[in-house]
Amino acid sequence: MIWDLKKYSDNTAVITENGENITYSRFFEMTQKLAIQVGRRCLVMCFCKNEMGSLLGYISFLNNNIVPIMVSNELEQSAVYRLLDVYRPDFLWVPDDKISAYGFETVYSDAGYSLLKTGNCGVYALYDELALLLTTSGSTGSPKFVRQSYKNIIANTNSIVEYLELDETERAITTLPMNYTYGLSIINTHLYAGAAVILTEKTIMQREFWQQFKENKATSFGGVPYIYEMLDKLRFFGMDLPYLRTMTQAGGKLSPELHKKFAEYAQKNGRHFVVMYGQTEATARMAYLPHEKALEKYGSMGIAIPGGKFYLIDVNGNEITEPEVTGELVYEGENVTLGYAVCGEDLCKGDEWHGRNVTGDMAKRDKDGFYYITGRKKRFLKIFGSRVNLDETERMVKAAFPETDCACGGVDDKMFVFVTAENHEAGIKKFLSEKMSLNPSAFEIKHIEKIPRSESGKVLYKELDKYYG
Amino acid sequence: MTNLEKYINAFAEGLDIKPEQTAGLEYQAIPEWDSVGHMNLIASIEDTFDIMMDTDDIIDLSSFEKGKEILKKYDIEI
Repeated sequence: MIWDLKKYSDNTAVITENGENITYSRFFEMTQKLAIQVGRRCLVMCFCKNEMGSLLGYISFLNNNIVPIMVSNELEQSAVYRLLDVYRPDFLWVPDDKISAYGFETVYSDAGYSLLKTGNCGVYALYDELALLLTTSGSTGSPKFVRQSYKNIIANTNSIVEYLELDETERAITTLPMNYTYGLSIINTHLYAGAAVILTEKTIMQREFWQQFKENKATSFGGVPYIYEMLDKLRFFGMDLPYLRTMTQAGGKLSPELHKKFAEYAQKNGRHFVVMYGQTEATARMAYLPHEKALEKYGSMGIAIPGGKFYLIDVNGNEITEPEVTGELVYEGENVTLGYAVCGEDLCKGDEWHGRNVTGDMAKRDKDGFYYITGRKKRFLKIFGSRVNLDETERMVKAAFPETDCACGGVDDKMFVFVTAENHEAGIKKFLSEKMSLNPSAFEIKHIEKIPRSESGKVLYKELDKYYG
Repeated sequence: MTNLEKYINAFAEGLDIKPEQTAGLEYQAIPEWDSVGHMNLIASIEDTFDIMMDTDDIIDLSSFEKGKEILKKYDIEI
């Protein structure tokens, strides 16, 4: 059991979109009833939305030794079928409007969600410590999941509660999906501290979101970089939010200008702005910039979280000791997860990473010990907070449009897709945005005569840099 | 170009859609008009008419028609 829900009996655990308050004791009962219906340790595919039913499933399963595999409710049905094929879960936990889509028997319903029995029964053995399966790539439907253990979740939750100083008086409003590690960590920590979670499916660009924010006296929210860009656009600094205490940021590097702007706003208005850094591979969080340093060290992602440790390594794997030298960032801590799963057979695997996460991010450390992300070793971009693999995108484009050669590059929130076939710009853009459930503005499709390649046929990505600086 | 034409173009450019798609359009009715699209749309409308919109107007601009009404506040008749 991760959350002792009974401990906070009369506190409000959840506030739903229609204003219903659910206490911890009532929430506890709901989780028990659902877990009894599942009745055994097994795999359940959880369709995530920021709604009561989704939260109920997640907490009930994790607290009762049942392993949820978290997927976006927006995932295309064909992608869901592929995942069902790969992982063969015993049950699905779905919003009621999805019941008929799968033709499975409904065995239990609560809070607008239903438990569907797939007919599978423990097809793949589950490692004893395996708690949760989370994707690293938003809603692309990739079968690659991170295997998180109970110990991982407890360790990371404890340290986040400690450094953010969360207590029973907090009320966090959701801005991120529940199948996304950062969104989940906000839920994990608040329910651990006996605080309330305000659930909303509305976006910060909607009036209803801010109504809910004000009526329920939200004290905090989290956001990936584009959410902070939107807040800036929304003239957030002039908004009247008297109960707001803390804003956290993760899911990619915020521009130093915006970091500074929000840090100044926080300082002036007696609030905390906390920039953080993490990966699904480390459960959620690895670093945070203490709020009192937000302005002094803007642009930095901070220091290791309590219980964790960072160091930088050079190309030969040797530790870099002097400050201001860039190297690959390595993290060690109890929140480093077990490893990946790409198929059902992987679910019986034990701990493959042994508490050490080589992040793939390039960073430097200043003389005071604060870390700054400077680049990335692996070929992926963060688009609106989610990782998108560039090589995989090239393969997808080439498979769907065999008449074109293709190379992908770009910067976070803007992928450049270079193609050699003419008049395919609109089609490729539509294809990618649909496949990845991302706004089309994330893709810039550029026609060029020829993809620059070396003699051995390798794409010379450096030569494409000039298009996006 | 009339204000209506400018408005239609701002919408189409902001959301990355065709001008013919704009009439009667509402927030979240198409994948292009999600929260990211909304941010681009507001920037596009602001640039086109050289205005700065208030928070309330930005979050109220939930349809193509509603936008016309809101722009009246900024002395833009469509």
